[in-house]
Amino acid sequence: MSNIVTRMGDGSMLEMSEKELREDIEAGIEEAVDKGGVPPLTQDEIEYLVELFKRKERIVGVEMGNEVILTYDAATLKIKRHSLFEDRVNSLAIYERLLGADTTELCHVDYSYKMLKPIVSYEAGTLEQALSVTHAPMFYGAMPNLGLYTQPDGPFPNPMELLPQGKIKEGRAAYDEMVASAVEDIVFIAETMWEAGADGINLDTVGASGDPDFKASLLAVEKLTAKYPEMAIEMGMAGEFVLGMHGEMYHDDQRLAGLYPTEQLKLAEKAGVAIFGPVVNTNNTESTPWNLARTIALIKPCSEAATIPVHANMGMGVGAVPVTDYPPVDIVSRVSKAMVELCRLDGL
Amino acid sequence: MGMAVAHAQASGMGGMRTAGDLVARLQLSKKMRIGEAKKYVADKLGVSVVELSDPIIMSEVRADNGFGIMMPLGKVPKGLECKFNIARKLDLDINCLNRFKARAGLA
Repeated sequence: MSNIVTRMGDGSMLEMSEKELREDIEAGIEEAVDKGGVPPLTQDEIEYLVELFKRKERIVGVEMGNEVILTYDAATLKIKRHSLFEDRVNSLAIYERLLGADTTELCHVDYSYKMLKPIVSYEAGTLEQALSVTHAPMFYGAMPNLGLYTQPDGPFPNPMELLPQGKIKEGRAAYDEMVASAVEDIVFIAETMWEAGADGINLDTVGASGDPDFKASLLAVEKLTAKYPEMAIEMGMAGEFVLGMHGEMYHDDQRLAGLYPTEQLKLAEKAGVAIFGPVVNTNNTESTPWNLARTIALIKPCSEAATIPVHANMGMGVGAVPVTDYPPVDIVSRVSKAMVELCRLDGL
Repeated sequence: MGMAVAHAQASGMGGMRTAGDLVARLQLSKKMRIGEAKKYVADKLGVSVVELSDPIIMSEVRADNGFGIMMPLGKVPKGLECKFNIARKLDLDINCLNRFKARAGLA
């Protein structure tokens, strides 16, 4: 009997029987165990998920006392994205005093560290104004985005053109130069915003350009925390494993290509990160029960291994949230509750 | 934006409606995990961990301590004034306050 209503990874509605639900949960776990080398979920955890998806309520939530902290990447950008031309200082006040945000984040619409260099003084002034009229801890955030460092947008040859020509050495040399340049940019912007009074710096979507992107972020964190030991840096990842765009890039004798969340976390912690944001990408051709079981299996060991707060990324298309601009509350609330309670997260 | 609201309702502490912003400060400044951060704030404020997420109790605690409230009309602490109260009560360093004191000749 098909009486359980849930959704696919693209958000479309789906009916399943309990047997189909269990099969999808088990298949999602199997995929995580096979690809990520993580332990399977326990029978109790599987039963938790079955009961969660059988519930008829539109909205569910964590048990009282289990609430966690929410951080928001690109917060002010999300106001602008709706064609709401609200001043950014006021946008942050709206986040904390209308939406009840635990933290806020000032950002520029061009959300990459490289693009901020010419305008950093203006950004610092805006941050100072925002800090004087708000109350919640405020991050300044952007992405390392190494994709902006290749010609014609940047100064370096494009490894994606060199590698297919067999110019492996030249491609890797270009990546090395891009890493050095990105580190300089991230450190320059983060230092300026810290000295303007930011409570934290967010490196968002780390690894979007693969292992060189992750390497640049780790080096930047090490430099920043060596100079400012009290600086709080959040590192949010781009994907569940680090793409090997360079392939032979190492950090602390650890090859970066192919690392899954627990190994990513260990490097981030050692570099000096204060909050780590693991990611598992949503597969929109599988059901939400499949995606959620897989996500929990991959992120739970990361949270268990952590000595710093773990805020799993739970935005559109990650953390079992469907790949849609209009995520339905029935699914967001279910994946939110299950991730917090089964992974023992510190935040989202 | 709708997604952020859904997460806040399902799992979030509630920010300034409760003690979410205060607990967040411990995660940032002392890298505390959620249980330790909640206990730290609860002990400093003399409330239970569950009460930290209760808007009725916490709005009174916030008003009594000048931590900032959701509807800050006249004659109540706002912005930087609240941050001074938060830093003192929670025994925390707040980066922008140190900058403010240095620039204002108060350090």
